[in-house]
Amino acid sequence: MSEDAGALTATSEDVGGLAATMTGFARTLRAAGVGADHERTHALLGALRHLDVTRPADVYWAGRLTLCAGPDDLPRYDRCFQAYFGGRTASRRPAGAVSVTRHTLTLGDEAGDETGEGENESAPGSASRTELLRHRDVAALTEAERAEVHRMLAMLSAGRAARRSRRFEPAARGRLDQRRTIREALRKGDVARLLRRSHTERPRGVVLFVDVSGSMAPYAETLLRFAHALVRSEPRATRVYSVGTRLTPLTAELRHRDPGTALDAASRAIPDWSGGTRLGEELQEFLARRHARGDIVVIASDGWERGDPSLLGAQVARLSRQAYRVIWVNPHKGYADYEPLTGGMRAALPYLDDLVAGHSLAAYEDLSERLAHA
Amino acid sequence: MLGRTGEAKGATGVAAGIDAPGRLVELLDRQAYLADEGLATAAFLALRMGRPLFLEGEAGVGKTELAKALAALLEAPLIRLQCYEGLDAAQALYDWDFARQLLHLKAAEAAGITDVGRLEGEIYDRRFLIARPLLKALETGPSVLLVDEIDRADDEFEAFLLEVLSDYTISIPELGTVRAATPPVVVVTSNRTREVHDALKRRCLYHWLEHPDFDREVAILLRRLPDCTETLAAQVARAAARLRGAGLVKPPGVAETLDWAEALLTLGAKELDPDRAAATLGAALKYREDVESVLSRGLLRHE
Repeated sequence: MSEDAGALTATSEDVGGLAATMTGFARTLRAAGVGADHERTHALLGALRHLDVTRPADVYWAGRLTLCAGPDDLPRYDRCFQAYFGGRTASRRPAGAVSVTRHTLTLGDEAGDETGEGENESAPGSASRTELLRHRDVAALTEAERAEVHRMLAMLSAGRAARRSRRFEPAARGRLDQRRTIREALRKGDVARLLRRSHTERPRGVVLFVDVSGSMAPYAETLLRFAHALVRSEPRATRVYSVGTRLTPLTAELRHRDPGTALDAASRAIPDWSGGTRLGEELQEFLARRHARGDIVVIASDGWERGDPSLLGAQVARLSRQAYRVIWVNPHKGYADYEPLTGGMRAALPYLDDLVAGHSLAAYEDLSERLAHA
Repeated sequence: MLGRTGEAKGATGVAAGIDAPGRLVELLDRQAYLADEGLATAAFLALRMGRPLFLEGEAGVGKTELAKALAALLEAPLIRLQCYEGLDAAQALYDWDFARQLLHLKAAEAAGITDVGRLEGEIYDRRFLIARPLLKALETGPSVLLVDEIDRADDEFEAFLLEVLSDYTISIPELGTVRAATPPVVVVTSNRTREVHDALKRRCLYHWLEHPDFDREVAILLRRLPDCTETLAAQVARAAARLRGAGLVKPPGVAETLDWAEALLTLGAKELDPDRAAATLGAALKYREDVESVLSRGLLRHE
C-alpha cells in the first residue's frame, strides 16, 4: 500500500498520516505477539517528533525503543518492521502471526487408555470411589475418571509456606519503631516507652519445571493442571516452566482463572511436546538468566535425560545452593519397587532434598502439603 | 500521560545543544564511551522526551557505565540507587532522622513548650528529613538518577519506583508533596534475572544491550586503555568472544575484557601469550568452574 511506503518520506506536517501508519504498524506487532499497546504507540509518536522520520534507522529505533519490552520481542519486531516498511506491502500481516500451531491436550488418551485395565486397583468393596481414584495412577484412568481427578485438582487450594518479608508491622518485640515512638512522644509529651516492630511474612516462591517430553506424556496434562492450581493460589510467588528440548515460561499463560483456557494457552505456548529431554541444558539456561534464591524448586520429570547426565547433576547442584529446597517429582516413584536408575535421576539424586511420587491425586495433595509447610 | 511526553526542560546548556543522536555519540565518545546508533538514539530520546531509559542486558555490557558517561557529559551529579532484595521506601525515598527528632522534643520539653501542634510542625520539618537517592534526585536539578539492577529488588519496590517516575513527585504524609523542578535523567538497569513488571517498562524507553561485536570491542579497548596496542586489543577481544561462546557460568562482559587487558598491560604484555593469559584469567572469569573449564579445554592456546 502506498500510504505505508509513503510513511518514510512523510514530512512532520503530515502528522495524521504518520499516526495512521504507526498505529497500523503497532497492530501488526500485536498480531505477532508484541505487546505494542495504545500507550506505547503514543510514546512512539512522541519519540518520532524528536527524530528524522525520513530516516529508516530513526523510525526503526524509535519503534524498537518504545514498542518492545524484552529481548524475545526483538526478532518479532525485526520481522514485522521488515514486512511493514520493507516495501513488500502484500505481506502486511506476517504469516507467522496467524499460523499458530494448535496443540490440544489429548496426550492422556493416546498413552493411557491401553493400559487402562488397572493393575494397581487394589481394594474394591467399601472405600468410596473418590478415595480409590485418589490413589490410582492418572496414566491408567479412563477419560471420565481423569476428568474427575482434574476437577479435584482444580479445587486444590494449596497453602504456601511463609518466609520473612522486608515489610514491618507493629509488634511486641523486634526492632525499634522510630516513627511510632516519635508519634507517641508527641502525643504524650515525652518518650514514655519505645515501640517496636517486626518483619511481616510473605509466601515462599516456587519454581516448577514440568517435563513435557514423550516419556512424561501421560502425566503432562495433570502436571500442568497442578501447576495451574499453584499459580492460581499464589500468582506472585509461583513460576512455571515447561522443559523438554526447550525451556518455555508458562506462568503468564497459567494465570487465567479457568483451567481449560489456561491449559489451552499453555499448551499452545509449548513448542516441544513429546520430544526428548535435555533437562541439564535447560536448567543451565534458566540459571544463566534467572535465579531461584530462597525459592522451592520443584522438578517434575522421570529423569530420562537425553543430554549429558553429569551436566544435569551440576545444574541441580547449583540450584540446590541457591534454592531453599529442591524437590524432584517422579511419577514412577509411586511404586514400591521403584529405584532411581535413570541416568538423570542418579546424577541429580545427591542434591535433592526430597524425591516424591507424582502419579496420583494423592501424590499431588501430598506435594501441595509439602509446599505449604516446607 | 499526554502532557508528560512533551519536551523536558533543557537540563543544562549541554543537553539543549544535543539536536540529534549523532551529536550524542560524539559527546559520549569524549567521555570514552563508545555508543552505537541504537543506544545513542535511546539516550537521545530519554533526554528529549524526559522518559526514563530502561537498559536490559547481561552483566558487563556497559549499562551502568552509560549512566556515568551521561552524568559526566551533562555535567550533572550522578545519584545512584543500588537495588537489593529487601530494599524499602526508607532506603530508597526518605527517612526521618529519629535521633534528632527526639533531641528536639527533649529540648522543647526542657524549655516548657507543650503545644503539640507546634511541636509536630517543628519535628516534621525538612531539616529532620534524610533524603535517600530518589528524593535526592528530585531535589537536585539537573541530575542523573541511576537505578541499578532493579531485578534484584522485590517487585513491591517497582510500585514505589513507578509512582515516582510517573510524575516525578514524592508525597510525604507529614510534609506534603515534593515535586522535581527539573526532572532527573533516569537510567534503570536490569540483568534480567527476573522479569520486571510491564507497567514500569511501559513508562520507559526499552533498550536491550548486547555484547559488542569484535570491531567495537577492539575500539573500546583502544579508547579506554591508551597504552594498549592494536595487536593486544584484537587478541583479547577475540579471546573474549571465544569465552562467550564456551557455555560458561558467567561469560565475560566488556567490563571484564577491560580488566583483563589492563591486567595484561600491568604485566607489560604486548601480546596475549597462553601463560600470561592463564595467569590473568581471574580478571575475566569470576567462577572457579569457568577458569577450570577454560584451562582444561585449552581455550586460551588457540590463537
